[in-house]
Amino acid sequence: MATTTKKKIVQWDPAHVKAELLAKYPSKVARKRSKQIMINEAQGNETPEITANVRTTPGIITMRGCTYAGCKGVIMGPTRDIVNLVHGPIGCSFYAWLTRRNQTDAGLDGENYMNYCFSTDMQDSDIIFGGEKKLAAAIQEAYDLFHPRSIAVFATCPVGLIGDDIHTVTKRMKEKFGDCNVYAFSCEGYKGVSQSAGHHIANNQVFKHIVGENDAEKPGKYKINLLGEYNIGGDGFEIDRIFKKCGITNIATFSGNSTYDQFASAHKADLNAVMCHRSINYVADMLETKFGIPWIKVNFIGADATAKSLRKIAQYFGDQEFIDRVEEVITEEMPKVLAARTDVRTRTEGKTAMMFVGGSRAHHYKELFNEMGMRVISAGYEFGHRDDYEGRQVIPDLKVDADSRNIEELEVEADANRFNPRKSAEEIKALENAGYKFKHYDGLAPDMENGTLIIDDLNQYEAEKLVELMKPDIFCAGIKEKYSIQKLGVPMKQLHSYDSGGPYAGFEGAINFYQEIDRLVNSKVWSYMKAPWQDNPQLSATYGWE
Amino acid sequence: MLLRHTPKEITERSALMINPAKTCQPIGAMYAALGIHGCLPHSHGSQGCCAYHRSTLTRHYKEPVSAATSSFTEGSSVFGGQANMLQAIENIFAVYNPVIIAAHTTCLSETIGDDLKQIRKKAITEGKIPEGKYMISASTPSYVGSHVTGFSTMVKSMAGLAETTGKKNGKVNIIPGWVEPSDMEEIKRLTTMIGVKTIMFPDTSGVLNGPLSGEYKMFPDGGTTVAELISAGDSIGTLALGEWCSAAAAHELDTKNKVPCQVLDMPFGLKATDRFIDALRIIAGVSVPDELSLERGQLVDMISDMHQYLYHKKVALVGDPDQLIAMTEFLVSMDMCPIHIVTGTPGKEFERRILEITKDMPFAVNVRAKGDMFLLHQWIKNEPVDLIIGNTYCKYIARDEDIPLVRWGFPILDRQGHQYFPTVGYKGALRLLEKILGVIQDRKDRDDPESKFELVL
Repeated sequence: MATTTKKKIVQWDPAHVKAELLAKYPSKVARKRSKQIMINEAQGNETPEITANVRTTPGIITMRGCTYAGCKGVIMGPTRDIVNLVHGPIGCSFYAWLTRRNQTDAGLDGENYMNYCFSTDMQDSDIIFGGEKKLAAAIQEAYDLFHPRSIAVFATCPVGLIGDDIHTVTKRMKEKFGDCNVYAFSCEGYKGVSQSAGHHIANNQVFKHIVGENDAEKPGKYKINLLGEYNIGGDGFEIDRIFKKCGITNIATFSGNSTYDQFASAHKADLNAVMCHRSINYVADMLETKFGIPWIKVNFIGADATAKSLRKIAQYFGDQEFIDRVEEVITEEMPKVLAARTDVRTRTEGKTAMMFVGGSRAHHYKELFNEMGMRVISAGYEFGHRDDYEGRQVIPDLKVDADSRNIEELEVEADANRFNPRKSAEEIKALENAGYKFKHYDGLAPDMENGTLIIDDLNQYEAEKLVELMKPDIFCAGIKEKYSIQKLGVPMKQLHSYDSGGPYAGFEGAINFYQEIDRLVNSKVWSYMKAPWQDNPQLSATYGWE
Repeated sequence: MLLRHTPKEITERSALMINPAKTCQPIGAMYAALGIHGCLPHSHGSQGCCAYHRSTLTRHYKEPVSAATSSFTEGSSVFGGQANMLQAIENIFAVYNPVIIAAHTTCLSETIGDDLKQIRKKAITEGKIPEGKYMISASTPSYVGSHVTGFSTMVKSMAGLAETTGKKNGKVNIIPGWVEPSDMEEIKRLTTMIGVKTIMFPDTSGVLNGPLSGEYKMFPDGGTTVAELISAGDSIGTLALGEWCSAAAAHELDTKNKVPCQVLDMPFGLKATDRFIDALRIIAGVSVPDELSLERGQLVDMISDMHQYLYHKKVALVGDPDQLIAMTEFLVSMDMCPIHIVTGTPGKEFERRILEITKDMPFAVNVRAKGDMFLLHQWIKNEPVDLIIGNTYCKYIARDEDIPLVRWGFPILDRQGHQYFPTVGYKGALRLLEKILGVIQDRKDRDDPESKFELVL
């Protein structure tokens, strides 16, 4: 591509932008939104407070989805050998059918149900008379047809309302089968305020029903779990490639291309590496309390972040041979990345981006934009909590409102026989003294420049306004937002499921992302908005022939 | 194998649906509502429904799909969603200012018994619907029927806006059913060509196939206007295309506004288009122009030219009832043999119509309403076909069984063109035929041994 970076001066004042975003709202809505729109003034350890994880205002076109989407769609969807059976009317199962681009490989055992969509297809008679019988029959039919290792049942809105006891049904079926673990998720769409409640519910049930089920020893010297990685566009495959090269054994990925046995064996790992803090930190905490496995925050989005995360894992194990191997891998992988980076930077340097996605992704992808010399001028999460913005130190101060209170908090204790602290208190101390941080996450805000806008639960109206006022070179969110932004002549990259392409994790992924963003921001298509006659609508005084 | 666990042996299932050939009512209501000019669809339920419907429609059309939601929480699910809906109405008119809100229910709001008609009345009493603005609603429980039912119910609610002044407007109402924006455009081209003045609703052309021009219009230029919907009560008659999608609205206009109606099959393929054009001509008392007879002749010409590649080819079909009935007839009319036909939408009448259309076919027919794609796949394993026609999900079967696929129906998530190129009418049938021949002949070129490979087909 021959396009060179055009320096575009866009002046904006964050206070003015914020005022503009709020101007049109009825006063009640404006007051509420005002607390979710923060002009970033993070200084040192002081981060201004943002309101997050609160209800969306009815009628405001939100980007958010529901609890079911967070539970079935995000967390359990990418497990390949579990039959994920949705109990409800057909829609919920249909919409979550292969739409998130979780890649999968059937592996040697050949079990893979991800391409299937299972539903009890509840009818009005089930709503009136109850759906438990139909659910039991559906579980039986799934068992008879496939003999899977496990069947997971997901509740949709009406199930909770009519009071189907899905947990008793699944328990009974589990006992009946003997060789198939059956359990349920009460992830009705109306619970919580966003997908986030569904993550929590999924974490709880996976921990309660699967983790720790397989005590067989797992081979490997440096055994970790990778938490909060969903193998969208093959991200998990790339990370596993790097792990293998470094000699890291990944016991369980939660949950990209995962299997039942991975979850069941997760307590055999010696370290939990947490990618998506929002969706999976609960399991990390519980694994630590019950089995003594510490957790650290990692990020494999961005080549530098990948290197940093690998070093962090190596430092944890502290074995010189391993540390050296990780350095070797980084040395081997980086030249290609740097070559690609140098190339794209001639075209991306100084360009601006906005990201409104996920509960960690808006933070993770900032790494990649930094590497390309691009500035993130506004960002936020769709379903993040305050700790995802401000850091985990705010957790003790979080208000528990009515919507959070009805999400179960599991009481977990140290396992009588299997609790085994992987590091002694002294070892932990020594690592911490050397600057190592366990259970630590600073959140998005400290990484954002001062004067940028951090916005929680951005909606369609605000998105359009932001683009109009701040004119970013690229906007990142989800599929629902994609085309309204592109109609404005601004490229939009989906960072939930990536539109197409990927992986964007790890070293290969960084190169893919550089090239993809370069392609998007420098595409010729954005110069075709107006036809020649629209640019010069006045008829010229002379005829063309003259 | 992508669908590696699907066994050839068919066992009856009573409770488990696998790989559905339908989705739920509200998405149909949302799609229909997008065919009203200046309309913001509204989903009265938890926000996930709205997010899923918008996402699916967006993936299909590659266009913005705006819709609002009542964002139910556990509290509203217990105490009812009226407060949420009233608040939504207020916010929607303040922030987005549509001409009309078209609200539909979900399984959540239906189960707790929310009544949108009553909430609308309350909103009017409380002055929440500004002067000159409208709200319509449709009851669309996800646990009844399918996406087709939801579409039909919302279209019926549109007909509810029609008023009778006593003075006929000289127009014919056309209810096109759940077809693509391109199809709606084509139907307008055909009626214009014949010289019939029409009110077509819904009309998603100009809404879901918009241009890229650097300007985002939340409410694009297309769509049936509210004024047109009101005027539909003064039309001389209604042509409803598709029993499942359009008949309810036509009957509503008949009983409520005394506008007589005729329910026809959707005009896919030669014969259904013939009936549509003929009906239009008779209702409007005009003669069919030569240009249209020419288009018809071109279609017949192509069928005769390529008949050798079509004759007795076995086809598996999956989709929605109205579309499948017309498609089955089209295939049979070209001596092709649709032998496995599945819709997820309930309706015994569907099976009866299909059996009637295929009664002279040399092969036995498997047909199932309320079926699923798992069953279709099993039928294919037991009796292979030369071609599959259906939505994008068919590609998993097509690849596993190595069968050519023509994408047609909803949703199409991986190919383009459906928004822009119609498949209704004679021109549309030509395009369908081009696509069918394309995959059949590509397969021949791929499979023929070198000694049999031919330049001219």
